[in-house]
Amino acid sequence: MSDQEIIESDLNTVLSSEEIAEIDAELAHVPYKSGAAIDALKIVQAQRGWVSDQSLQAIAKYLEMSAEELEGIATFYNLIYRRPVGDKVILFCDSVSCWLCGCEDIKQKISERLGVDYGETTADNRYTLIPVPCLGACDRAPVMMVGDDLHTHLDKQQIEKLFADSKQSDKGGQ
Amino acid sequence: MIIFVDGQEIEVKQGENVLEACLNAGLDLPYFCWHPAMGSIGSCRQCALVQYQNPEDTRGRIVMGCMTQVTDGARFSLNAQNATEFREAVVESLMLNHPHDCPVCAEGGECHLQDMTVMVGHRDRRYTGKKNTHRNQYLGPLIQHEMNRCITCYRCERYYRDYAGGSDLGAQASRDHVYFGRHQEGVLESEFSGNLVEVCPTGVFTDKPFLKHYSRKWDLQSAPSICSGCGVGCNISPGERYGKLKRVHNRYNHEVNGYFLCDRGRFGSGYINSDQRLDYSGLKGAGLKSADATFAAVHQSQAIETAAGWLQGKKVLGIGSPRASLESNYLLRELVGRSNFSSGFSDAEAAVVRSIINIQKTTVATNPTIKQMESADAILILGEDITNTAPRVALALRQALRNKSFELAEQLGLPEWQDAAVRNLAQDQLSPMVIVSAMDSRLDDVASQLISLSPAAIADFSCAVTASLQGQESDDKRVQQVANMLSAAKRPLIISGSSMLSANIVDSAACLAEALQAHKQAAQEVMLSFCVPEANSMGLGLLVNEDKRPLRLSRLAKKIDTVDAVLILENDLERRLSQSELDLIFSGKTRVISMDLLENNTLARSDLVLPVASYAESQGTLVNAESRAQRHYPVFEPAAERLCSWQWLLQLAAVMEHKKLAGIAHFDQIVEACSKSQPIFADLTAVAPDHSFRDRGLKVPRQTHRYSGRTAINADVSVHEPPQPTDCETPLAYSMEGLNRDQPASLIPYVWSPGWNSNQSLQKFQAEVNGPLKGALKHSGAGQRLIKSTQQGLEYKLKVTHPRMQKGRWQLLPMHRVHGSEELSAYTDEIAELAAQAFVALGETVAEKLGVAEGEMVVVSTADQEISLQVKVLSRVAKNCVGFSVGYDKTKSLRAGDSVALRRDKSWQPPQVIATDRGVASNGC
Amino acid sequence: MEKVLTRNIGPDQMPTDMTAYKANGGYVGLRKALSHMSPKDCLKVISDSNLRGRGGAGFPTGMKWSFVPTEDKCTPGHKYLVCNADEMEPGTFKDRLLMECDPHQLIEGMILSAYTIGADISYIFIRGEYVVAIQRLRDAIAECYAKGYLGDNILDSGYSLNMYVHPSAGRYICGEETALINALEGKRANPRAKPPFPQVSGLWGRPTIVNNVETLCNIPHIIDRGADWFKTLGRGEDSGSKLFGVSGKVKNPGCWELPMGTPIREILEDHAGGMRDGYQLKGLLPGGGSTDFLVPEHLDLAMDYNVIGAAGSRMGTGTMIVLDDRSCPVAMVLNLIRFFAQESCGFCTPCRDGLPWTRQVLEDIESGCAESEHLETLAYQIKYIGAIGNTHCALAPGAMEPLQSALKYFYDDFKQHISGGQCPYHKGA
Ligand SMILES: Cc1cc2nc3c(=O)[nH]c(=O)nc-3n(C[C@H](O)[C@H](O)[C@H](O)COP(=O)(O)O)c2cc1C
Ligand code: SF4
Ligand code: FES
Repeated sequence: MSDQEIIESDLNTVLSSEEIAEIDAELAHVPYKSGAAIDALKIVQAQRGWVSDQSLQAIAKYLEMSAEELEGIATFYNLIYRRPVGDKVILFCDSVSCWLCGCEDIKQKISERLGVDYGETTADNRYTLIPVPCLGACDRAPVMMVGDDLHTHLDKQQIEKLFADSKQSDKGGQ
Repeated sequence: MIIFVDGQEIEVKQGENVLEACLNAGLDLPYFCWHPAMGSIGSCRQCALVQYQNPEDTRGRIVMGCMTQVTDGARFSLNAQNATEFREAVVESLMLNHPHDCPVCAEGGECHLQDMTVMVGHRDRRYTGKKNTHRNQYLGPLIQHEMNRCITCYRCERYYRDYAGGSDLGAQASRDHVYFGRHQEGVLESEFSGNLVEVCPTGVFTDKPFLKHYSRKWDLQSAPSICSGCGVGCNISPGERYGKLKRVHNRYNHEVNGYFLCDRGRFGSGYINSDQRLDYSGLKGAGLKSADATFAAVHQSQAIETAAGWLQGKKVLGIGSPRASLESNYLLRELVGRSNFSSGFSDAEAAVVRSIINIQKTTVATNPTIKQMESADAILILGEDITNTAPRVALALRQALRNKSFELAEQLGLPEWQDAAVRNLAQDQLSPMVIVSAMDSRLDDVASQLISLSPAAIADFSCAVTASLQGQESDDKRVQQVANMLSAAKRPLIISGSSMLSANIVDSAACLAEALQAHKQAAQEVMLSFCVPEANSMGLGLLVNEDKRPLRLSRLAKKIDTVDAVLILENDLERRLSQSELDLIFSGKTRVISMDLLENNTLARSDLVLPVASYAESQGTLVNAESRAQRHYPVFEPAAERLCSWQWLLQLAAVMEHKKLAGIAHFDQIVEACSKSQPIFADLTAVAPDHSFRDRGLKVPRQTHRYSGRTAINADVSVHEPPQPTDCETPLAYSMEGLNRDQPASLIPYVWSPGWNSNQSLQKFQAEVNGPLKGALKHSGAGQRLIKSTQQGLEYKLKVTHPRMQKGRWQLLPMHRVHGSEELSAYTDEIAELAAQAFVALGETVAEKLGVAEGEMVVVSTADQEISLQVKVLSRVAKNCVGFSVGYDKTKSLRAGDSVALRRDKSWQPPQVIATDRGVASNGC
Repeated sequence: MEKVLTRNIGPDQMPTDMTAYKANGGYVGLRKALSHMSPKDCLKVISDSNLRGRGGAGFPTGMKWSFVPTEDKCTPGHKYLVCNADEMEPGTFKDRLLMECDPHQLIEGMILSAYTIGADISYIFIRGEYVVAIQRLRDAIAECYAKGYLGDNILDSGYSLNMYVHPSAGRYICGEETALINALEGKRANPRAKPPFPQVSGLWGRPTIVNNVETLCNIPHIIDRGADWFKTLGRGEDSGSKLFGVSGKVKNPGCWELPMGTPIREILEDHAGGMRDGYQLKGLLPGGGSTDFLVPEHLDLAMDYNVIGAAGSRMGTGTMIVLDDRSCPVAMVLNLIRFFAQESCGFCTPCRDGLPWTRQVLEDIESGCAESEHLETLAYQIKYIGAIGNTHCALAPGAMEPLQSALKYFYDDFKQHISGGQCPYHKGA
């Protein structure tokens, strides 16, 4: 994401009415406002891709929590992104069953194909690659999620096909 | 109940945990995350020992001492190999990412981690990987952040958030990346942030002003002292080196401050090193040009002679001071004579303090210590913003609110020290606390109910609750609710104070307490407590309490013409008298002699000024809000020509050949004389041991055994070593010789014990965890309560008058600020920075009506002046009231209760930020 | 054997809707309980059935429930039932199947469980990556509300229960039941100290039961068909059936419902089809990443809690991870330790800082730059981190299980790494 874009998305310092409606729905079944903290982070992230400082402050204010408290929560959970991510996040399983079934080669293939390592976003801002604990699909290892879709029995051809229309960035092939 | 530890039989108390039991037995069981005031969470795993099922069990299993409750006959081992190996492994893993920079780390030499590392015997690291590192944050002028030293014990977060109620510091991230800090860089908001310095077992949070002129703990010379920041009287241990006060640490007193201070107390002593301190006596017009209004420095003896000349055989008035010691005030009174002595309180202050004293002398309610206040199960606050007027008390009230959760825990058989479990159980349930005040207070966040009323209405409200307790119905639902809350409680606390300068509020609080006590069964205990503004308000109040017609300050000003001289003791009259009254005092022919520490306008207008020692350079007794007299001792000798004010006064008396004071030459004799002067002071001699006290033949050393002693610091001036000063006035010595162990509680200058270099060594001085100091049991306790109530009660006749506010005018009410309102601490750079600008505080509707927002300027006009002040917008405020920052230079002339008009300051332009030093500060880490 | 938990799950793994679920005997147990059985009766049946928790620890479900204070022994307020659907134990993939394919079975199990313990609010705490399961559960819950199976006065019984799906924001530790409770409260998911147990002070300080998905899925059947029937399902000493799974280099990895006590060999060979061609079995973790290795000599052991326990391992989640002879055991353990070090919540020292230390030692060994002292250090670390009670929760001791057993069974492999200065499995790598 370019600096320009980050700054623009940061202008979202107030919650949208859709976000508020969704958070309110969660608030309905917790006894304390702070009880919906994680839900609220996820709701806002679903809208904005990630949780910027400004988004975090807006949520904290709405839930009557301090930004510090919410920060502690946001940075605890790995599915809350406190840095910008690409359009889709690749959650790549590197746990034991996938490892036994050769996920390291697949990871390398993805890295080569997209030019990113763990924690990085492709130059075209389409993908961010993140390792994830066991995805609970070990019988179909190796697996990964791209956005909401689970991809199983991964092999190199599949990776090639999946990311066929993704530009190879400069960093690739190292 | 007993337990066995390594075969040794240990007497334990039911309900305590094994770590506490071991520490109480004098055993060295290492720990980190446990804190005596905050209980256990079991995160560091350092306090491991082995527990055996029965005498036959030889293997046992590892348990955490802090998480294990004692049971009768339980068997443990500290020394079993698996226990020692485990504890060493804990330190080895804590050290994986820890910097190896003890020699240059600010915590070195008083580091809990360092102590524990040595204690478990860890030496050689096996880890060869890279260390994790963190970025530090700028946290304001008081606290330095150095995250790489963190061992993730969670103490800071638990202290700051759970204990002190701060919301802007917490744990972030997870696994071995946990980070303790703010969401974004910035000044820590809590007025108790300084305790992080002592709570953190390593050097993550350190005392920032101290770092600017750093010394090792072992190189600090210390003396037992009392904070002069407010009327609470927290016990402190200031440390000096090279004639500078380096820092202030907490000094444990289990009935007063326990383990914690407020930031004013910890950081507000910087004024002692200020350039604005007076070094020499100054005589106005004594220079070559005799018409000159400037001062010429004169020698001590000349100053005394001059003063004596002005006073001897003349009509003289004396003005005392609530921030000067009891001894100095007493001497001044004796010197000028009782009827010529004015307390130095403003008239309004004098009336409230008088009320408070009279109540304490007669009330049937308990006048609680801070420790007792922590046991309250319902609280009513009348008119005070306690966090700003008696900060340490507010911290105690936050703990009292947890009694509800302890009740719930007890039902489940959960001990109070199971901290996280008790908090999880209770969630946000707190004991009830109702705050009735004119506007925002810093305890609003935890109050069960907030009622915003003007001072007069607060007194009315309190009377209505009283009436309701006596069976009279009220149409105000809130009255009934408060009455119910109080009568349902086992240990209700009513707390009020002098900050609104309303004797009515204070009296109404007392009425209420009496009614409540009468209303209840005998088993229930009503507590009644008052906050007073200054360190010795109560001592001074007691001194003049028996006077039938005390000389009011305003009257003194009026009769100034009739006297030849006035002697002012440590009092900036600008804070207490109007401009016209001041003019009366200073523009006549009456000679004015002032004794003080720092430049101010009272001094500037005086004819002779005498430089006095600060609390850290002098000995004295201060009487706190609960009427506890406590002694402070000089940490170091006053520099230049400063003298303690009692010394000035004694010398004056000697030269003047004052009859009554002629026989007095030493401090202890003043104490003795004072104690005999009024029955209320009878116990003064028991406050602390006198100068003849010896422990095993020696005085108590101010210096540590590891003190580096002489250095070459003055070699540019002289290579000859000056001799160590001798101290004939106190039981302390300017020396490292002597024992610092088990002495009377009032004589502990610092804590240290072999193997325990950090402040955790305190447990070696305590009779038991959280209990009194050993020395307080063996000798006298820490301080003496002077007032013992007759319990006869008083007849209160309240005459509540409601000021009539014209349209467009507001009643001006004082808002006290931890940083900024107190006279002396405000001279400390860091405190001044935090105090920021003087302000006027408005409710939202008023701000709206005036068309101003927070930070903009408003002109406040009283009958005789106009002041432009920055606007603060309040979240709640009583009708027709506005607040002003009390004690700030710019608002010194404003008085509580003034009727003012307000208008937007049209000439005001938003300031342009040209530069800020924040970037520099944050890069410093 | 008759399929119980998976009877509605076809090979296509399509979700079962309410009609289909009911057509196959669904909600019969619920009607029976709500009309004829008191909560006490239900508790007795579950206790008698000897159902043990399927979340990993195997704690008897009936006993766990019995610790919930009854109304007269408890301050008034909510009680909670929480379904632990966080399934993140490496190598575990059973709960996903149950939720994706038969959501009503779980919901019925939850209503019955909640009824038994007197809960009025229930949550399904599900890992956020299970997007399909989340959607299907939400749909099924909506169906239940619409048809009166959830909400006020369920099936006119006077009993009311609300149910919410709470997708997690990640972290393995959230599966630990007290950490899960903190996560549900919207806090950092550090585990809590026990006691107090959640049964008395759990979610928002109120009595709370946390059960695994599979555990809860058993409930409707036990209520419907009785404890005795349930006991007969097992082949060994444990009752019921169980989802067993196999992953790794086997011919036919997957997850099957089989009787408790089915021998490992049968699962591995008959169901998973044995090792892939060219691969030999070297060892296996019987129930997920935090169980101890078993080796070929253990193949004839029955998958029963006590039998596997006696062999020095744990049944765990019952989903096996197979180590073949061409994969490096040191690297496999390193992979697991990396996972656990990464997933440590950071609360207690041995786990937070001890596991990264272990990781570093293993990295040295795997990369061939270790000395024999490294093995001593590992042994030291196992003693330090590996015992329950040394740490605040069971994550870190669990992490040490594969390591300690690998050192026992594959010691030569560790030695070879050190003496050869490289990994014998990835020569030159
Ligand atoms: C680190 C850790 C992770 C866990 N993860 C899960 C999990 O993902 N799912 C689960 O059902 N139980 C998990 N558990 C076990 C739970 O703490 C708890 O025992 C279980 O949910 C109880 O359910 P049961 O009695 O039905 O087995 C985990 C335990 C630990 C220590
Ligand atoms: S063992 Fe300790 S650090 Fe590890 S997950 Fe459990 S509580 Fe957290
Ligand atoms: S002091 Fe006991 S675990 Fe930290």
